[in-house]
Amino acid sequence: MNKLHLRLLALGLLVLGLGTTWYKVSVIGLPLERDAQTEIWTVEARITLNADDGPTQVGFAIPNNPPGFNVLGEAFVSGRFGLARESDGINRTALWTSRRSSGNQSLYYRIQLADDRADEPITVGAAPEFPERPDYQEPYASAVEALLDEVRAESADIASFTRRLLLRYNSDEPGENVEVLRSGAEDDLEHTRNIIHILAGARIPARPVKVLELSDRLSRGSLKTYFEVHNGTEWVPFNPRSSQRGYPKNAVVWQWGDDDVLRLSGANNASVQFSSAVSAREAVRVAEQRAAQRGSLLMDFSLFNLPIQAQNTYRVLLLVPVGALVMVLMRNVVGISTFGTFMPILIALAFRETQLAWGIFLFTTVVAFGLAIRFYLENLKLLLVPRLGAVLVVVVLLMAAFSVLTHQLGLDQGLSIALFPMVILAMTIERMSLVWEEHGPGQAITQGLGSLAVAIVGYLVMFQPMVEHLVFTFPELLLVILALMLLLGRYTGYRLTELWRFRHLIMNKGAP
Amino acid sequence: MIGWFRKLRDAGVLGMNHRNAEYIMPYNPRCNYPLVDDKIISKQRAEEAGIRVPRLYGVIEIEYQIRGLEKMLGDRKDFVIKPAHGSGGNGIMVITGAQHGRYRRSNGMLVTLEELGHHISNILSGMYSLGGQPDCAIIEQRVEFDPLFEQVSYRGVPDIRTVVFKGVPVMAMVRLPSRMSDGKANLHQGAVGAGLDMGTGRTTTAVHMDRYIDLHPDTGAPIAGLQIPNWDDLLELAARCHELADLGYLGVDIVLDRHEGPMVLELNARPGLSIQLANRASLLHRLRRVEALESIPRSSRERAELARKLFAASQPPEPQIVQCA
Repeated sequence: MNKLHLRLLALGLLVLGLGTTWYKVSVIGLPLERDAQTEIWTVEARITLNADDGPTQVGFAIPNNPPGFNVLGEAFVSGRFGLARESDGINRTALWTSRRSSGNQSLYYRIQLADDRADEPITVGAAPEFPERPDYQEPYASAVEALLDEVRAESADIASFTRRLLLRYNSDEPGENVEVLRSGAEDDLEHTRNIIHILAGARIPARPVKVLELSDRLSRGSLKTYFEVHNGTEWVPFNPRSSQRGYPKNAVVWQWGDDDVLRLSGANNASVQFSSAVSAREAVRVAEQRAAQRGSLLMDFSLFNLPIQAQNTYRVLLLVPVGALVMVLMRNVVGISTFGTFMPILIALAFRETQLAWGIFLFTTVVAFGLAIRFYLENLKLLLVPRLGAVLVVVVLLMAAFSVLTHQLGLDQGLSIALFPMVILAMTIERMSLVWEEHGPGQAITQGLGSLAVAIVGYLVMFQPMVEHLVFTFPELLLVILALMLLLGRYTGYRLTELWRFRHLIMNKGAP
Repeated sequence: MIGWFRKLRDAGVLGMNHRNAEYIMPYNPRCNYPLVDDKIISKQRAEEAGIRVPRLYGVIEIEYQIRGLEKMLGDRKDFVIKPAHGSGGNGIMVITGAQHGRYRRSNGMLVTLEELGHHISNILSGMYSLGGQPDCAIIEQRVEFDPLFEQVSYRGVPDIRTVVFKGVPVMAMVRLPSRMSDGKANLHQGAVGAGLDMGTGRTTTAVHMDRYIDLHPDTGAPIAGLQIPNWDDLLELAARCHELADLGYLGVDIVLDRHEGPMVLELNARPGLSIQLANRASLLHRLRRVEALESIPRSSRERAELARKLFAASQPPEPQIVQCA
């Protein structure tokens, strides 16, 4: 029962930790690798116009949470125009107004987009009414009738109906009916309107959509027209030319509906040109913005929101549990004896600043000198606490002397000795000298080397850039570590060193 | 590597993790630890129960009392100073005599009264206690050990360690000090451990620093075949200690005094595992057999008898034990 309880608890922690991590990776898009980059699209629309004398007003549709993308930021360059933004629930509009401007004017709109992994249905705008069946003129009417009848026979639902219709309409060898329908609708917009008009004959609600197809280093691009049909629950997009269902990955929905993208008053000769470029950015930052946009609280409560200084502290603090796990493994599974339970972790933390080789050198030097002085103090027969204090003073003096000496020699690494936890060093020296006296130098040196070895392993594990990144980005992984520790807490198997200790019991088994 | 682990398990070796998780934690309630960790309390309880222990000469609780040490000692020249909360035999100073106004330690060194005082003040400041807490120093009778072990120990006091599980003695060994252990009877400090046949009380196999030996490393005398006198009484004494502390998994250290017979020196709530090496036998198998018992007799004599019956060397579960002449 007790064991089951523990296992369930550990399982719960594992699921919680790994589940949150999974959510953060797959939905919010936090990177598992360090320094991971995400592609960012920068899209710019340049509006040029020739303003008349007198007041001018420019309305320009701008994207409203385009499906498949996250908006990371947008900017306007308005010149002498005043800027207002409006939204009608489906589209957003930038409204530039000027009381007095004349001549050629340029306005810019820039938006930054990142891919959104989540594939969600398009439900922008209220569910539409079924359109009235239009009064078609002959011979148009009978052509529509015939086409719709043919398509109806081949399809199952609204989406497949639309697709069949498009395939027939766009066919290279159109029948007579389609020829009749196609005539007079050559450009994109007319083409799409025509299709929507035909769909209305089957009472299928549809709307045109203006889309920008992104490509790297696009300049002088323009919007393409797609359309969406409503199947009762969501809008299903189609490409009216290729008959493909859905938006391609690089298509940004710029505006829904039939309105013009650019509306002017008091100006003429207006045109819009689109350009786009792709760049890479730190995936963590992008994920943050993405989470903010999705209204996910997870990133609000993430460590990335702390001031940088606190972040740096936590980058180190979060590694301590990793070190503790190493410690638990080394002591309970491997069976190395060390001075003090967690002393090696603190030494490992100090190694981070000193670098490994120097750290080992400095540590052994200070402990060796400290031990020598501790043995001298033993002759003076001091009480425990004052003696510890005295060792501490000596350790600090040693560290200072060492720094000064190495600095004089031009070795700046020697300065980093100041980062060693001196109280820990003093305690280590004290304990080591006790073990030395009571159990002999062999034991003391074994335990000293054991502590050093565990510190080195701890350092190597804790300061893997990968480990550092993972625990900071996904602090919930500490729950996994907690679960592992709970399980190790009930580990009743042998320690590795016990293989050696009881080796005779195995090897001489059966023999006298 | 896995194969090695399996071999250890097949041999029934009790590992440290297993001992802590399956025996010490469930059978030894934490609240009873002070009864054995504090030697003053355990001495008192033993005396009340009529179990013989080394006589207490005095307790020093605060630094100031060290000044009265000379008066407290009087003309005693034969005593032991130990911390009340010591562990692993640390901080024990054995004085065997006096010479030129100085005291002679068991290792032959002469110490002054002042050095004794320093040692006591170290004890008081918690140098030898678990967790470094302030401690008391005990001054007690030095056991004059039975000449039985004279040939096989180098100074110090040999003792008999018995592991008592749920009141039943399961395994025992004699711990013989060596030059390496500096007169101490702890195996990890270099003492010799000699296994005891639970049925007869004779020494069997021996181990020193994890190596199997037949002769004492310092004196060269053979270790096997020594008969512990009054073995039955000694086992019963060990079994009785179970009632003193209500610890299910208990180590009892008994010394044989030349004049006064067996005395309980110390109780231990976390007895070590080297006893398996000394006996070349599995502790786990024996613990399992006790766990499998339907009922355990109430009287300590019956429990000792049960132990002799269950774990005598002629019993089938331990073919590796050497039968001595």
